[in-house]
Amino acid sequence: MSIIDLTWWELALASLLVLALAVTSHLARLGMARSLLVAAARTVVQLALVGLVLEVVFELGRLRWIALMSVVMLLVAGREVMARQKYRLSGGWAFGIGTLSMFISAFSVTILTLTVIIGPDPWYMPQYSIPILGMLLGNTMTGVALGLDRLTEGVRRQRALIENRLMLGQSWSVAVGEIRRDAVRSGLIPIINAMAAAGIVSLPGMMTGQILAGTPPAVAVKYQILIMFVIAVGTGFGTLAAVSAGARRLFDSRERLRIDRLTAGSG
Amino acid sequence: MSGSNPAGDLKLEDVSIGELEPVTLSIATGEVVCISGASGSGKTRLLRAVADLEPHGGDCLLGDIRQSETPAHRWRRQVMMVPAESQWWHETVGEHFDAGDAPGDAVQALDLPGEATSWSIDRLSSGEKQRLALIRALVREPRALLLDEPTANLDAESIRRVERWLLEIIQHRELPTLWVAHDAEQIRRVSNRQFRIRDGRLRES
Repeated sequence: MSIIDLTWWELALASLLVLALAVTSHLARLGMARSLLVAAARTVVQLALVGLVLEVVFELGRLRWIALMSVVMLLVAGREVMARQKYRLSGGWAFGIGTLSMFISAFSVTILTLTVIIGPDPWYMPQYSIPILGMLLGNTMTGVALGLDRLTEGVRRQRALIENRLMLGQSWSVAVGEIRRDAVRSGLIPIINAMAAAGIVSLPGMMTGQILAGTPPAVAVKYQILIMFVIAVGTGFGTLAAVSAGARRLFDSRERLRIDRLTAGSG
Repeated sequence: MSGSNPAGDLKLEDVSIGELEPVTLSIATGEVVCISGASGSGKTRLLRAVADLEPHGGDCLLGDIRQSETPAHRWRRQVMMVPAESQWWHETVGEHFDAGDAPGDAVQALDLPGEATSWSIDRLSSGEKQRLALIRALVREPRALLLDEPTANLDAESIRRVERWLLEIIQHRELPTLWVAHDAEQIRRVSNRQFRIRDGRLRES
């Protein structure tokens, strides 16, 4: 099977459809036209740039360049996690907790998948390592951001309830237990829904991409199953780690609820 | 809801929080010290400092147990604060009582029906919540009490009933008690000593 390459001119035709949507939303006074166009422009610029970078990294194939790219991806994801929270831990803790938990879960699951399951030679072959890490980071980021946002919002809203539980002699972990569990659940729901609907409601993006690029569907399906499993594991452990660390930070050594450690974000 | 094993006096040693000048105060076993003052004067925050719910200066002692040297949840279990607005997190009243912490005859003593523990939280009035919150705290057998306007949501008859019930327990169990109140009549009825916060200072009145 040969791959039909797309010309930039053909992509421009697709952009006309986005433009049509922007005009329609403007006429419908949805107030979304501007952000839609900015987002579309960002997609073009960001993906074109990453395409150029990937071409270079694939060409060089060196571990240190792959590591550098991974670190940049991680830091951007950490910033995004912080930006998506309405109320976030102050003093760099929101960035630190989000980034560290994504680093631990996404990197370890990626390395495990590459070395134990897929087994390319060398193990860090960019064709495998970068897409897998990218997908893991993207999904873990969503889980961590949702989990931390639900945690901080819940704690803020239920401050009186948590403190009443503390007054009755409950430990901090019991007093915040339900909010913490709820936060982890909210981080995991997207990937559970995606797994449950995969192939029935939607064809997953990676599988679709592989099939379009000429991979036999049977192989694409196996890769998609693997990716969904590792995303679930990465997101689950990442969200658990982030929410646990975030909840601990919301109490001090005297088990006092420290709402003053939260600041209002712009998100 | 019996049990009498006094832990000793409750002492505040230079306790400072917010704008309040450091407070040094000793409350004997079975003694009720009432605190009054304008809204926002720091009455509740003083109770919160004694319950160790907010960072504060100074230290507190219950008998020979020092707040700063005791794990916080153990301190609060012994020096128990009951807030003005109680909070409930399970579906029914009964789920808020630990296994073995039966409310016993306290429910009837506060003019609530015996089946009140099976009630859904949604159907409770503010007065019922307040009375049940007092029972919920006292079945845990604390050694000192911090009461923040414990009768604010009650009618006149219920106020007197709750006061009698609380005073009986406080004296029987010899609980040192800090009681925040607004009503001068109530303060006269329940307190052994009364203090007022004015201009950031706690003064005996």
